[in-house]
Parts: sequence; C-alpha cells; structure tokens
Amino acid sequence: MSDSLQQHAEALQNYFGDKIQNFIHEYDEVTIDIAPADLIEVSMALRDEPNFAYEQLMDLCGVDYSQLGQVEWQTDKSSSTGFSRGVDPTTMGHLVFGDELEAQDTEALRFASVMHLISYSNNCRLRIRVFAENNDFPVVPSVTGVWSSADWYERESFDLFGILYSDHPDLRRILTDYGFVGHPFRKDFPLIGNVEMRYDPEQKRVIYEPVSIDPRVLVPRVKREDHRYLSDDQQEAAE
Amino acid sequence: MPEIKNYTLNFGPQHPAAHGVLRLVLEMDGEVIERADPHVGLLHRATEKLAESKPYNQSIGYMDRLDYVSMMCNEHGYVLAIEKLLQLEVPIRAQYIRVMFDEITRILNHLMWIGTHALDVGAMTMFLYAFREREDLMDMYEAVSGARMHAGYYRPGGVARDLPDSMPQFDSNKWRSQKEADRLNENRQSSLLDFIDDFCQRFPKYVDEYETLLTDNRIWKQRTVGIGVVSAERAYQLGFTGPMLRGSGVEWDLRKKQPYEVYADMDFDIPVGTNGDSYDRYLVRMEEMRQSNRIIKQCVAWLKKNPGLVLSENHKVTPPRREEMKADMEGLIHHFKLFSEGYCLPEGEVYTAIEHPKGEFGIYLISDGTNKPYRLKIRAPGFAHLSSMNEMAKGHMLADVVAIIGTQDIVFGEIDR
Repeated sequence: MSDSLQQHAEALQNYFGDKIQNFIHEYDEVTIDIAPADLIEVSMALRDEPNFAYEQLMDLCGVDYSQLGQVEWQTDKSSSTGFSRGVDPTTMGHLVFGDELEAQDTEALRFASVMHLISYSNNCRLRIRVFAENNDFPVVPSVTGVWSSADWYERESFDLFGILYSDHPDLRRILTDYGFVGHPFRKDFPLIGNVEMRYDPEQKRVIYEPVSIDPRVLVPRVKREDHRYLSDDQQEAAE
Repeated sequence: MPEIKNYTLNFGPQHPAAHGVLRLVLEMDGEVIERADPHVGLLHRATEKLAESKPYNQSIGYMDRLDYVSMMCNEHGYVLAIEKLLQLEVPIRAQYIRVMFDEITRILNHLMWIGTHALDVGAMTMFLYAFREREDLMDMYEAVSGARMHAGYYRPGGVARDLPDSMPQFDSNKWRSQKEADRLNENRQSSLLDFIDDFCQRFPKYVDEYETLLTDNRIWKQRTVGIGVVSAERAYQLGFTGPMLRGSGVEWDLRKKQPYEVYADMDFDIPVGTNGDSYDRYLVRMEEMRQSNRIIKQCVAWLKKNPGLVLSENHKVTPPRREEMKADMEGLIHHFKLFSEGYCLPEGEVYTAIEHPKGEFGIYLISDGTNKPYRLKIRAPGFAHLSSMNEMAKGHMLADVVAIIGTQDIVFGEIDR
C-alpha cells in the first residue's frame, strides 16, 4: 500500500507540477493544495486521466482554519507560582452574540473547501484543499460540472461556512432553518447560537428571541504533548 | 376542457413513509413527478460543531445518534480516526468483537430497512417479521453495553468491556406468563457468544422466510423492478456507496478492498446487482444479511477460543482498571487526567472510512494537537443518496417516490447530523 501510494504521489507531482501549491503526505494519505483558479482544470484531469481516474467525489466540506492551534488554557509555560490556572474567557467556547474573536493572523487564509476523492479502478484516495483567496468574501469554483455529487455538499459548505461556490446551479441553504442568519460552523459563531424559538400563547405563533442561556465550557481546550509517551510506550512494547 | 396545470405537492415532514423528517416538494404533472426537491435539515443538531467543544471520548455517544439504526458502525468510524492519528494498536480480540458487532449492526440495519421498505410498499407482515429478529439483536447490544440502541461501546484502543458470560433472563409478570418467560429464556442460558451462535443457526431460515414473502411476490416486483434505475456511471457521479453502488453492478466493498480490523481474515462474498433498480438493491441487501451471518459465525468461533485483552493497556488513552486506579498512584493520575481533560492527539488531518450498512461512512478529523477536535466532518452515505432523489424520481409516479425513499435506506439522523 505504502509503496504504491508513494508512486502515486510522485505521479501527481510530475503531472501537475507547479499547480500543486503544497503537497502533504502523512498518515498514509495524500493532500494537495490547489489554487481556486486551477481547480476545475485539475479536477477534470484527476477524473479523466487513466493514471488517476478519480471517478467519485466522496466528500466535500468547508473548514475554518482561523483558530487553529488556539487554546483556552496555557499549559506549556509555568511561572514561579506554577502553571496558569485561569481559563482565557476570550476564546471561542465563551462567545455570545455580538462578540468578535481576535483573529490570530489576519494575513493567513481562513476558509478552505476540502474534497475527498476516491478512485475505484486504482483503489486510492486523494484529498484536495482549496483555500479561498478572500477571507471576507470567500469564493471557490464549483465542481458540480465534474462530479454531480458536489451539488449538495457545496450547498452544505455554503450554508455552514458561507463559502460561495461560483457557477453552482442552485446555491441555497440546506441544513439550517428557513430564514436562518449567519453561518453556524464558523469559529466566530457562538456554540449556543444567537436566537431561541418558542411558541408564544399570546401572539399564538412561534417567536424568535435572543438566547437566554450562558455559554459554558466544562473542559477547556488545552494542548499537551502527551502522545509522545504513547509512541515511547509502543516502542518499548515492540522491543 | 379545463387547462391541466402542473402543481406542487408537499410530501412530509410528518408523513410516515418519509422515514423521518423529510420534506419533499414535488412538482407534479398529473401523477408523474417532474421535479423532486428534498428539504432536509429538520433534524440538524450540529453534531460536528458540538464535537469541537468536547474532549474526544465524550463525542462517542453522539456518533450513536447519527444513523440511529446502525449505532456501533458509526462509533467504529469515529474511533478509527482517533486511532489512526494516535497510531494506536488495538488488541486482536477487540478487533474481532468490533467486526462481530459491525455485522450484527448490519443485520439490524437491513432488517429495519426491509421492514419499513416493505411496509411502505404494502407488505405489513415483513415489518412484524423483521422486528421479531431485531429484538434478539437488540438483546445482544444490551448484554454487551447495557443499552438496547445507543450503545457507546467502542473506545479508542478497543471496546469498553469484554463479552459477558451470562445473558440477562426474563421474569414472569402480569403480562408475561412463566411459560412464556421460560420459552424466551431457553436460548439465554449460557454466555452471550452462545446466544449469538444460536441466533446465527436460526437466522438463515428467517431470511428464507422473508424471501418467500417477497422475492417472487408479484406486487413486490411490480413496485420495485425498473424503479429508480441508476447506471454504474451515474452511481459514481452521484456519490453512491455501499449497497446502492453494488446494486448498480460495481463490485466494491471496503471490507474487501481496503480492509480494516480483521476483515482480511474473514471469508465472505460481495453480492452485486446487474440492473441498478430497486429490486436489485433489495437482492443485494438480502444476500448481505446472509454474508454478515457468515462473518458473525466465524467471529464467534474465534472469540470462543481466544480470550484476551479487549482494550489497549496504554493508559495515556484508555482508563486503567478500577483496582489499579485505587492502589496505584500512576493509575490514579491517569484516571484523573483522562476523565477531567481527556487526551491530546498529534497534529494532522486524517480521513477514515468504514463499510457502514448504508455505504461509506467517513470521518474527516482535523486535530491541532489539543484535547478536542478542531474540525470533525462526518461523511454520511445517506446524504449523497438522498441528493439523487430528483434524478431517481423524475418520470416516476407519486407512489414510486415512497419505494425510492425505501430503497435508498434513508435515516435522517445521519443526513441532517
């Protein structure tokens, strides 16, 4: 498996050359980053070239990379009084309506549309990441013309992340309620939501109100390097 | 002569044949479907966003509630993703238990499917038959995890506990006579494995029973042959996986082609259809039940002979045993850390897929090195299948829409997530 994957990775690099902005090969999976402008051409080649023959788009989803690596509780630095005990209240778990997150790095591209392809004839998989070039108005070309299954996946990604797919035949919301405001899977959308709904017996209809609950984080997001012990243990066990 | 106009029909979200909360907006020309526009999301719970706010192990329970008729398979996809990032070894006995319960789940799912699909098309008896067998399978779930549906049994590194040596017994009460209780307890006298073995002996006969009711049934054939035909070419394009893809004649099964756990050692066949219509998909799923039964038998035979660990001993990820936790300082620390903060995964992005009863169930997991997922995407097979509703239903009659929903094996827990 690994050998053939290596060969496949080289074939991809040779064929597409500079079109691949970034090439990642880890955990037995190949990821290529493609610029939005090249996406359709690359997709067509991946589908139609017999070497690649990615007949199916298995999955497509949006990702918001803006908070990658941000933690709510610093654990790596200790002071003279020990580790920090305070959970940072400005992080995404504590968001309520109207709050804004401080972006970690405004230069970095925030939204990506990630596709998972599968080739049935060659029995292999490939992940394509397409970063939208504008963080405020993310646009990525639609691949519905290449793989029909992209239709609903792109609608979902648009609904949840607000990524716009140019040339999509019918870019409507799909999972959220009729008349929903906002894109709920963005990292700056509060987990508790913005509005809550109830039936009002006086007005005799369903009404929307601002949420009445407070955000609550039971376990802060922390980063530790504990898994390094895991590989140590496994090496010991192997020896 | 009044002018005949197209009109729009709202099907669901409260229609019993919509298999949950599907709202279908149908544009009709008389009784013929011109366009079908499924409105989904009425059961959207933002599972993926919730998972981002919880330590890894706390989301296992959410996985059960995705496709709520094949619970353990969903868990399997999720724990595989975590294990792939951690590169964690799973004890061999745990792998066999997982395979066995995946196949029990597959039968559970297919029984639900055949029961409701046949009921929608007008065969009431199938529903009663299928639920009779589901009862036994649910008892297996209960014996091993304590819950009849939402088991929460798989863990990164294995399964929560070993198979029990005894089965729970029925008592007689106001509604159940002693004689009836004794009859029910008859095959529950020894271990769970014996109970499963007994079920495997009986089950092929049950499938024969279903087939006598349906396979050559004139009404069943009229309602399924030639309905919702999808060619292999279109099946690729539309993102079909699992029995939907195999019904169109593509021999593809992740259990064979990209084996995980111990599927490589299992002896079973992949059934494939030829015409790509609802009837072929029915035949494929019926044969899958028989093949699952074969796999379960092999697992039972192996598990009876080979006792051993069922959960990795690596206490950075799996909790230590109770005695260890009480007596050993390090065990106590491990226990406290795991249940307060959880474990951190290395940075990276992985995609793991399993052959779920409905198709390919994939988990795309992005970890930024913290104790919670950065992004979790669930690739639910039903989502792609339902998106083809317009293409499959176009030109068919209104009553066929129900048969197409049935053949797609739609469950809204996974589609809306």
